[in-house]
Amino acid sequence: MSQPTTSYTVMFAAGVCLICSLFVSGAAVALKDKQDANKVLDKQKKVLAVAGLIEEGASPSASEVDAIFAEKISAQVVDMKTKQVVNDPSFDFKTYDAVKASKDPATSLEVAPNKAKVGRLPARHVVYCVKDGGACSQYIFPVEGKGLWSTMYGFLSLEKDLNTVRGITFYAHGETPGLGGEIDNAGWKALWPGRKVYKNDGSVALKVVKGQAGDVKTAPHNIDGLSGATLTSNGVTYLVDFWLGPDGFKGYIDNLKSGSAG
Amino acid sequence: MSAQPGILSKQQREALIDPLVNNNPIALQILGICSALAVTTKMETALVMSLGLTVVTAFSNLVISLMRNYIPASIRIVVQLTVIASLVIVTDQILKAFVFDVSKQLSVFVGLIITNCIVMGRAEAYAMANPPGASFLDGIGNGLGYSLVLISVAFIRELLGSGKLLGVSILKLTTEGGWYTSNGLMLLAPGAFFLIGTIIWALRTWKPNQIEAE
Repeated sequence: MSQPTTSYTVMFAAGVCLICSLFVSGAAVALKDKQDANKVLDKQKKVLAVAGLIEEGASPSASEVDAIFAEKISAQVVDMKTKQVVNDPSFDFKTYDAVKASKDPATSLEVAPNKAKVGRLPARHVVYCVKDGGACSQYIFPVEGKGLWSTMYGFLSLEKDLNTVRGITFYAHGETPGLGGEIDNAGWKALWPGRKVYKNDGSVALKVVKGQAGDVKTAPHNIDGLSGATLTSNGVTYLVDFWLGPDGFKGYIDNLKSGSAG
Repeated sequence: MSAQPGILSKQQREALIDPLVNNNPIALQILGICSALAVTTKMETALVMSLGLTVVTAFSNLVISLMRNYIPASIRIVVQLTVIASLVIVTDQILKAFVFDVSKQLSVFVGLIITNCIVMGRAEAYAMANPPGASFLDGIGNGLGYSLVLISVAFIRELLGSGKLLGVSILKLTTEGGWYTSNGLMLLAPGAFFLIGTIIWALRTWKPNQIEAE
């Protein structure tokens, strides 16, 4: 065709953009509910996986997940300011989004600058307790913190002594696949169980170190580093330090240990 | 397809069949290597990635071919990219809605279809100059050519690297009490490089006309 006029070119570009944007936003809106349901289900599956109630990577149906949740898991709502359990029957832990809550000043708390780069704390957070008879046999804590590129969201499970790690898993992150993305590697995650979180003085000692850390007996507080992913490894150290430290769930854990959190 | 010569014209048939072996996008054109290394540790991700790329290439070719006589030459690359990017985003949204686990494993690579040279290469080289039907088939053909290499590589990597195919244990690993010691190289990106290199070598030994002139 002959050389088009500038106005034709501009109109053409605008038309293409308009049609494409309608197409993309239409798809995003139409599929949003299904995607959100997937995200909730995925998060619940991660809770069950870190608790060892389902196998990592297994894909039980939504109703199976709900059934296991109802039978085995009790969610505890923790007030992040007082570190006390809140009794609020109207609280729906399934749809509660702590990440969203932490973005709204009305439902979040300020927090001192920290290495995990957590900007604000949600006023309420959910800790999952795995029921074994009447008592909790493990506690599952939500954790989040910055890695190299992204905020990593996950769960850390502690045994009932509230010091021994039972497992860790991440349900959302944007780290480099093959490097930092190896935080999803089953072999690496298998290094966590049995490690101890706290030193005798009560400070968090658990950290990811460079190179190999050794087994649970020789290095109770250290985890192997991820090669090629120092910043992601540091991010994991910082987020454990933050969430199990005084700004995070330390107060709640102390209350549990002394028996006053219920 | 050769059994039904009436349905497709010669040009259309060539558009569909040629990219499989004679003009394979990975093995001959050496396009799309990045994702071929990244998503081939497992068959499942390779299959979904192949499907995604085939659909995107086919439809981007179709759409661009339909518009080819109206696209101003000065902004044609931008227009192509806009169309491709939109298709990829929609594909990503659909994957997130229907195969969430797989889409998590593919992570950034679905988004990276946008920059996959195959899609853009076919849009610019073929769809801009050919009618919609042939362009659509060219897209499918190139997608399948890419898929063929991707799936072969994933087959070998998953089998030798994890002793599995589509997640089902085939060779029992020593770590699980079996006899097979997994080949760790296959799980790493260089493993795919060696395999793709071997495939290219085998193909060019079979069809010497694919060897570039010195």
